[in-house]
Amino acid sequence: MNVLEVADLHVSIGRTDIVRGVSFALEPEQTLGIVGESGSGKSMTVLAATGLLDAPGARVSGSSFLHDERLGDSQLIGQTPKALRRVHGDAIGFVFQDPSTSLNPLLTLERQITESLEAHRNMTRRAARVRALDLLTAVGIPSPENRLDAYPHQLSGGQRQRVMIAIALACDPALLIADEPTTALDVTTQAQIISLVRDLQEQRGTAVVWISHDLGVIGQVADSCLVLQEGRVVEHRPIVDLVDAPAHPYTQVLLAARPRLGGSPPPPVDDSGAVLLDVANLDVRFPVSTPTGRTHVHAVQDVSFQVRRGTTLGLVGESGSGKSTIANALTGLVRANGDAWLDGQVLLGKVPRDRRRRLAMVFQDPFSSLDPRISAGGAVAEPLRVHRLRPGRHRERVAELFDLVRLPGAFASRFPHELSGGQRQRVSIARALALEPDLLILDEATASLDASIQAQVLQLLRDLQQELALTYLFIAHDLAIVQDMSHDVLVMREGVAVEYRPAADLFADPREQYTQRLLAAIPPERPRAALER
Amino acid sequence: MRSGSPRALVVFLGGRLLYSAVVLFGVLVLTFAIVQLVPGDPIRLALGTRFNQEAYDALRAASGLDRPLSEQFFSYVTGALTGDLGVSFRSGQPVTLLLLERLPATISLAVVGLLIALLISVPAGIWAGLREGRLADGIVRVTSQFGVSIPDFWMGLLLITLFAGVLGWLPSSGYAPLAEDPAGWARRVILPALTVGLVAAAILTRYIRAAVLEVAHAGFVRTARSKGLAPSVVTGRHIVRNALVPVLTIVGIQLATILSGVIVVEVVFAWPGLGRLVYDAVAARDYALIQGAVLLIAVLFLFVNLIVDVLSAIVDPRIRLS
Repeated sequence: MNVLEVADLHVSIGRTDIVRGVSFALEPEQTLGIVGESGSGKSMTVLAATGLLDAPGARVSGSSFLHDERLGDSQLIGQTPKALRRVHGDAIGFVFQDPSTSLNPLLTLERQITESLEAHRNMTRRAARVRALDLLTAVGIPSPENRLDAYPHQLSGGQRQRVMIAIALACDPALLIADEPTTALDVTTQAQIISLVRDLQEQRGTAVVWISHDLGVIGQVADSCLVLQEGRVVEHRPIVDLVDAPAHPYTQVLLAARPRLGGSPPPPVDDSGAVLLDVANLDVRFPVSTPTGRTHVHAVQDVSFQVRRGTTLGLVGESGSGKSTIANALTGLVRANGDAWLDGQVLLGKVPRDRRRRLAMVFQDPFSSLDPRISAGGAVAEPLRVHRLRPGRHRERVAELFDLVRLPGAFASRFPHELSGGQRQRVSIARALALEPDLLILDEATASLDASIQAQVLQLLRDLQQELALTYLFIAHDLAIVQDMSHDVLVMREGVAVEYRPAADLFADPREQYTQRLLAAIPPERPRAALER
Repeated sequence: MRSGSPRALVVFLGGRLLYSAVVLFGVLVLTFAIVQLVPGDPIRLALGTRFNQEAYDALRAASGLDRPLSEQFFSYVTGALTGDLGVSFRSGQPVTLLLLERLPATISLAVVGLLIALLISVPAGIWAGLREGRLADGIVRVTSQFGVSIPDFWMGLLLITLFAGVLGWLPSSGYAPLAEDPAGWARRVILPALTVGLVAAAILTRYIRAAVLEVAHAGFVRTARSKGLAPSVVTGRHIVRNALVPVLTIVGIQLATILSGVIVVEVVFAWPGLGRLVYDAVAARDYALIQGAVLLIAVLFLFVNLIVDVLSAIVDPRIRLS
């Protein structure tokens, strides 16, 4: 008996068809992976099938049949809100992407877990509290009895996602919907959440629909996988078959684009390459006030490194490791102790403006790092205007730069909302290159992009390095893309440099335990199901 | 770590009180400086055409302006802390007495006005915010735009014309103390409070609508819906509570603004509030009274802000536990 049977599901908003005839079925204890790039209709499919879609003006048609032992069979499409509320939280539990926004900041964890128990099980406050404690224990929150009265802001991102899982499983649902549940987490935390969900699923016999843009993650969790492109299912097969012999070209593209360890490293640079950036004993502290008085966070502790001209230094670490703080210290956005020289000239403290422009930065989010009211060409010309360079020849230079990042010159008159994520990031790169900097700091510059777009932008960055002999400080949390980009790698953890070696050596033979853990946490290329055979 | 404990709140409150004390000291310095920094001689200015040497010396000695600056400041601060704000240059009465006389009327107007504003704006703002882009939202937005745009004196005149003139239900102006004549107080406070309240309601409605709108799209509201909670629980426990935090600050500013005097409304309704007192004091260059009034208004603002801070801390654990 299938837990969920979806047939010919269509969703449209206005005149746009977003989901076009999706069908799938799911047995108990099975996990269905749904992959696709942003805009492919993954979330929309699942939200519409479970009756949780809340988009004004959305029209849903088709059939979605839920079988639950307690509640019996119910058709979820076209159902009344009241009937859907009986199913939500009881027969179907949900875990969403961003644990920092999906928990209510004003309520204790206990309250957020017990809500659905009170709604569906008529539990007393006391009985629900006992159950909440069991759940927090089951999802592996340390000292759970103390955490019942805690608030979300007192937990780390990974712990918050564990609490979300506890909420979703509170009523022992037959079906768990996990919508990109690990995308906002660090790679080691991601590995923990994956194994937690698998364990709980095994104990409870829950069926899971796991949505992700990352085929590596899907490979670790799914029994079968459905590939969505523009709202259509292009392939739906057991995960091992899909990875080993992808039938559809789009699946092949997705598989080829996913970042993998052991890819091709960048071409070596002449060893005599002079040091361009020299950082010695960099140290950053941020003051914070707590109820027990003022103290400080030691964000970067005594870090030293060098970047040779024409090479890339990969800076990796999990969130909070101090990667971005190093970038901010070098660009003068935060105050730091220690020394830094760019081509022999002092970089920290008060420096002349024209020295600052010798390093440029590309930020993570292409949506917020461009001003929505300035055209792409205007954004690229702005640094030239600010630094009074090439007066009267801005238009020419902008055309040159657009050419350099492989964007049509006509795009200069477009505004950010008229560009895709990848195109925006190309504009950001063009803007960073406008002043012909010696050093380009790329702070998670491709982290927000779809895998296929990310691969293209990384290729562009490598080509530019070759053409213009650029030097990169490449900040990322993804070790696979760091390997593809870097000549040397610096691994950071909680503000401390853990391991700093040539990339080839580090990936071949990681010395430090932390580096080994980071590498081990990367989802392997082969699906788990294949390894278990 | 039991974080629901009231200890965190006590620590927070202590911090805010300390902060208020520092601000209060700053206000004392500034109000003291008012009299010192006035161009010309404040006593001469205050006396105006009634100037003669005898009156000048008497007033100067009475106000202590003949003593050294440090001594003046010390006696000003100790006086202010014990409720002695000196003597009005114009009427010769103690400033504290003049201010206290006006306080009941001002507080009546502020409290009833704010109550009216909240009674209208909270339901209207939530209702509109939950129905973004629909007819109900449009009606609320257009109406509140009217409320924001209509000058308060005009609103007051309209209300007088309707309720006092055409219908004859309420007196058009005047004030009766609550303790002596509760019915008279109630009949007289309604129209000015309605005037003040409607204007504040229009402003608050827009803020509440925006706050609800923002929270309604938050991830945790989707989580709440995914638990299958009743719509009333999703709205009450999840949306409104979270929308309340930014709105509290605006409510505090509105309350403090009404408390510090709504001069035009006070004039239209012959209402004996602080606003008119300050206006008259400025017109008469009665610096002792101006000084006292500024101090009182600053204290009222500090007090309202303290209450807002404490309420915010009770609602939002991130504030009390940070």
